[in-house]
Amino acid sequence: MDGFPILTLLTFIPVIGMIIVLALPGKMEKEIKYVTLLSTAIQVVLAVILLSNFDYSAGGIFQKESFQFIEKYKWIEIFGGSWIGTIKIDYFVGADGLSVPMILLTALISFIATLSSWNINKSVKGYFALFLLLDAAMMGVFVSLNFFLFYIFWELMLLPMYFLIGIWGGPRKEYAAIKFFIYTLVGSVFMLLVMIGLYFSATETLANGSKAFSFDFLVLMDKANYLKDGILSPFNPHNLRFIAYIALFIGFAIKIPMFPFHTWLPDAHVEAPTPISVILAGVLLKMGTYGILRISYPIFPQITHDIAWYIGLFGMINIIYGALVALAQKDFKKLIAYSSVSHMGYVMLGMASLTTTGINGAIFQMFNHGTITAMLFLIVGVVYDRAHTRGLYDFGGLANQMPVYTGFVTVAFFAAIGLPSLSGFVSEALVFVGAFGVDTLRTLTMFSALGILLGAAYMLWTLQRLFFGQLPEKWKSLKDIDAREYAMFIPLTIIIIFLGIYPSAMLNIMNTSVNTLVEFLSVNIHNISIGGL
Amino acid sequence: MNDIILINISIITLLLPLFGFGLIILFSKRFPKLYMLGIGLLIVNFVLAVILLYAKLSNFLTQDINFQFTWIDFGNVPYLGNVHIDLGLKIDNITVIMLFVVNLISMLVHIYSLEYMKGDKRFNRYYAYLGIFTFSMIGIVIANNLLMIYIFWELVGLSSYLLIGFWYEKKSAADASKKAFITNRVGDLGMFIGILIVFTTYHTFTFDSIFEQISNGVLPFDSNAWLTATGILIFMGAVGKSAQFPLHVWLPDAMEGPTPVSALIHSATMVAAGVYLSLRIFAMLTADAMLVIAVVGGFTSFLAATIAITQNDIKRVLAYSTVSQLGYMVMAVGVGAFQYAFFHLITHAFFKSNLFLGSGSVIHAMHHEQDMRQMGGLRKKMPVTYAAFIVSSLAISGIPLTSGFLSKDGLLAGSLAFAHLTGHWLLPTFGFLVALMTAFYMFRLVIMTFHGEPRNKEKYNHAHESPFVMVLPLIVLTALSLFFWYTPNPVGPEQGWFLSEWVRPAETVVPQETRFDFMKTTGEEVSGHSAGAVVFSEEYEHAMHWAHIPTLILSLLLGGLGILFAFVIYHWRKIDPDELAEKFKSLYLFSLNKWYVDEFYQATFIAGTLKLSYLLSLFDKYVVDGIVNGTAFVTRGISTVSGIFDKYVVDGLVNFTAFLSGLIGLGFRRLQSGRIQTYLVLVIFSLILLLLFFEPF
Repeated sequence: MDGFPILTLLTFIPVIGMIIVLALPGKMEKEIKYVTLLSTAIQVVLAVILLSNFDYSAGGIFQKESFQFIEKYKWIEIFGGSWIGTIKIDYFVGADGLSVPMILLTALISFIATLSSWNINKSVKGYFALFLLLDAAMMGVFVSLNFFLFYIFWELMLLPMYFLIGIWGGPRKEYAAIKFFIYTLVGSVFMLLVMIGLYFSATETLANGSKAFSFDFLVLMDKANYLKDGILSPFNPHNLRFIAYIALFIGFAIKIPMFPFHTWLPDAHVEAPTPISVILAGVLLKMGTYGILRISYPIFPQITHDIAWYIGLFGMINIIYGALVALAQKDFKKLIAYSSVSHMGYVMLGMASLTTTGINGAIFQMFNHGTITAMLFLIVGVVYDRAHTRGLYDFGGLANQMPVYTGFVTVAFFAAIGLPSLSGFVSEALVFVGAFGVDTLRTLTMFSALGILLGAAYMLWTLQRLFFGQLPEKWKSLKDIDAREYAMFIPLTIIIIFLGIYPSAMLNIMNTSVNTLVEFLSVNIHNISIGGL
Repeated sequence: MNDIILINISIITLLLPLFGFGLIILFSKRFPKLYMLGIGLLIVNFVLAVILLYAKLSNFLTQDINFQFTWIDFGNVPYLGNVHIDLGLKIDNITVIMLFVVNLISMLVHIYSLEYMKGDKRFNRYYAYLGIFTFSMIGIVIANNLLMIYIFWELVGLSSYLLIGFWYEKKSAADASKKAFITNRVGDLGMFIGILIVFTTYHTFTFDSIFEQISNGVLPFDSNAWLTATGILIFMGAVGKSAQFPLHVWLPDAMEGPTPVSALIHSATMVAAGVYLSLRIFAMLTADAMLVIAVVGGFTSFLAATIAITQNDIKRVLAYSTVSQLGYMVMAVGVGAFQYAFFHLITHAFFKSNLFLGSGSVIHAMHHEQDMRQMGGLRKKMPVTYAAFIVSSLAISGIPLTSGFLSKDGLLAGSLAFAHLTGHWLLPTFGFLVALMTAFYMFRLVIMTFHGEPRNKEKYNHAHESPFVMVLPLIVLTALSLFFWYTPNPVGPEQGWFLSEWVRPAETVVPQETRFDFMKTTGEEVSGHSAGAVVFSEEYEHAMHWAHIPTLILSLLLGGLGILFAFVIYHWRKIDPDELAEKFKSLYLFSLNKWYVDEFYQATFIAGTLKLSYLLSLFDKYVVDGIVNGTAFVTRGISTVSGIFDKYVVDGLVNFTAFLSGLIGLGFRRLQSGRIQTYLVLVIFSLILLLLFFEPF
């Protein structure tokens, strides 16, 4: 694989697709759809190639040598005067056990979302162009190893998302889109400030021996690179690292979304068209937790350690609060949206443990939530496409009318409940194992376990309201799922079952990196000479 | 036959039913007769189970077979070293006996359902669900570790959910299935936390390894109290699955499922899994944990028996009787009568599934009538079913020559001996009262259903004995409810091969100070037991011996009395049951309404959760989102104000400045004469002024 720019291809194939889509006349709707499908299919193939060439024993995280598929090019290098010095920004991408699961997820979900977009018929060209741009930006976030590059992709994702909700959405689309946009933008502003603060606090040595400020994650992770008086330098007794950590954390927390920053999510989901909900829940939410693991944890190890309990606390709040609010919903899609809030809480709880099992569980849960919730939103889409309503009390008895659909729903629901033999169970169990092993998190973990009870309650109640009982007369003409919908559900179902039975297939990918991260954190917590605050 | 073959056979028995489930679910549309495959696979499975039973008991009577593999490997974890999660099997005598029972009853139910479920529109699906149930149940039985038990535990819960709600068009069925799953989850929550404590402490889920570490003095959080708590928490799983108080409420509702399912899952196998789990963790139960277990079991058996007395639905009587009998077994675990708990599990599995299949036969004949007040006189029409009912009812009432007598007598003696040694006399009191009530309500059922005059002539006239495939399982199970399969001596269970050879006495590994006095080891190793394992003191043997005769007499007396009362009231009608009910109206209503437990839960936990969830959703909408929208509103307000400010003040200032400068310009126009000398004068003049101003600095 040496020299083959697979990560760049993964990121920019959709851009090429987008250019082709833009070049095609808007009337060629079919061709536009196939170009999109092809682009995402190539992405899936590339992701599989990536996986098959991935070295499971390389840790990554903070060591450049053990990152894989690295591409590093000079991108911007200008001399900014004596005060700023050389401004040097690299195009630096690479993969490790943290990003590979997310890359796989992004490729998979994009492909499935394309299939799900097939019946979009309003300005098709614009839709698919934006869709592909979104795809590229998401992939970019997961492969970037340079803060500046990361930030660009992060922001780039916002724009297509805004239009995709705002133009192709439901009745309150403008409200939802602007809410999503502004909310995320607030987070981005925080992130930008922290990024600039970090930039001016650490330097790397250039090839010619001179020093330059750096956006490079790996440079920022190494304490030795920090200046004595940098504003976010651990050596500066008056540093603002704690405030920076919180600011950055809020930026990510909005994406997760963490209570109390979660209210954009139900609105965005309810208004977004099905494929966009799928992407939103399947991939976008993971960026928050991914960002925390990739950036906050290794760059601020001491503060991470000091604050971990609170991450766990908010994880618990997400789990229980999300589940309880989900229980009260009358709109199918809103219920699933709140279940996402609840399930992302497990990710936070697992991360908070700072243990191998917990973080493994967290990343695995990110992947599993991606597949399971994507399937849940597809499920909502199927019934909404046919009945044009999502009211949980409008249905009943669909099991006899749509038996195959009911079968897939049952798998997805039980996966969401955390039934063993389906993937969700393993990740949730690992999260609990990890968090329970930490003395300070033990009580939180016990309360969080209530989530598995509440989860069963709202899911089974929903199953009953939609599928059991008598079928109302007006739904006697609903059709069971068609070939295209089969094609969306089958891969997800297979993955959910396969990873439930053989979770090592995914856990082995991330395990070395997680061990590396845990070790890195622990080393940096014990040896740090100046307190984190 | 070597151990590897045994392992392979048990893996095959595990996977065959799953295979059947997969094929039927996927291809039943194309092959409408695919259910035959399910039945065929189960027959094969039963044969394999017989082979396993024979091979294990004849070749490996005292040796257990273990097999395990790594499921998840975390590699070299910082500070902990190698951490991995193993799954595996343990084949011991209890396992093979359970495998035999599960596969036998499952096979019989498969055959029985051919007729009972005939014509159901989801006939194939039904067999698929039976398959996945059998798979999950076998998984629990052969697991050698807690995690795997938990995994299959939940899968059993799933199959139970699917089968209770099999006729999901009925709201009551859908409600019952949901209730069963969620109630079970409450128990599983405790079990899960218990398992977490175990893994946190021992870094393994495997029983043998856990027990070894406990016997080496490793305790959860270094405390005996936590060891007790762990035992009780794991036992909570059993409280859910074996329908013990306070989580017993789901089982009677589970009768919404097809009756053969009730026979297989909700009486014989799945609900016994809780007892099975308690037996598996017996070695790590402290005296306090055992006492809690005994009290839960004893009270449950009492509670359920008092309810069974007044129920009129034939299946509900049997359901409460199941809860009551499970309470017996749990109590037996708690009082240390390990062998009798397992023994009763087995005998109960046979006679209770027989009763359920018998009731299914009756219901089938009565065209889905389940109310006993509509029955009567059926013994002439359904002689085989009647015979099956009589034998099983005698067994559950503990009358000699039946299997039930052997096991029930033993566990009652166990509770009596326990009380004698520890002073907890409440437990045997519960036990013997329940014996009385059991005999009474069972014969009340038999008399109301089979004796007297038919109360619903029309249905009676259509009734007839069930077809052969339904009668055959009854015959097999009736035969298994007799004593000679277990022991040659009808009043001496301990002399039989079942207890003296197949099922070994309990072992415990908990620290000495947390044991009951009668379980403390004297230090000498007793042959035939692993090191550190216990064994009951001689004192206990004496107590058991002492309890034997009183128990025998008392239970016979009470059983006989119960049957007598039933005949007096319902057969000979010397006492009118309605008058009796009127006389003790409040007690009667209390029993009829199941102690109002459901109502209590509905009013507290369920209503409370729903209320809380509703309030939180309002909070979310109006407070959390309100703040967001409020912020947006305020921002918009500020921007509107600043827009106005911008337009009239800032821009006004600009315009004013422009206006002013225009005005001034008008004045200065005269100065701007265009003559250089005037400019120079002005510049110099200004400079002088400036210098004057700045002088002080």
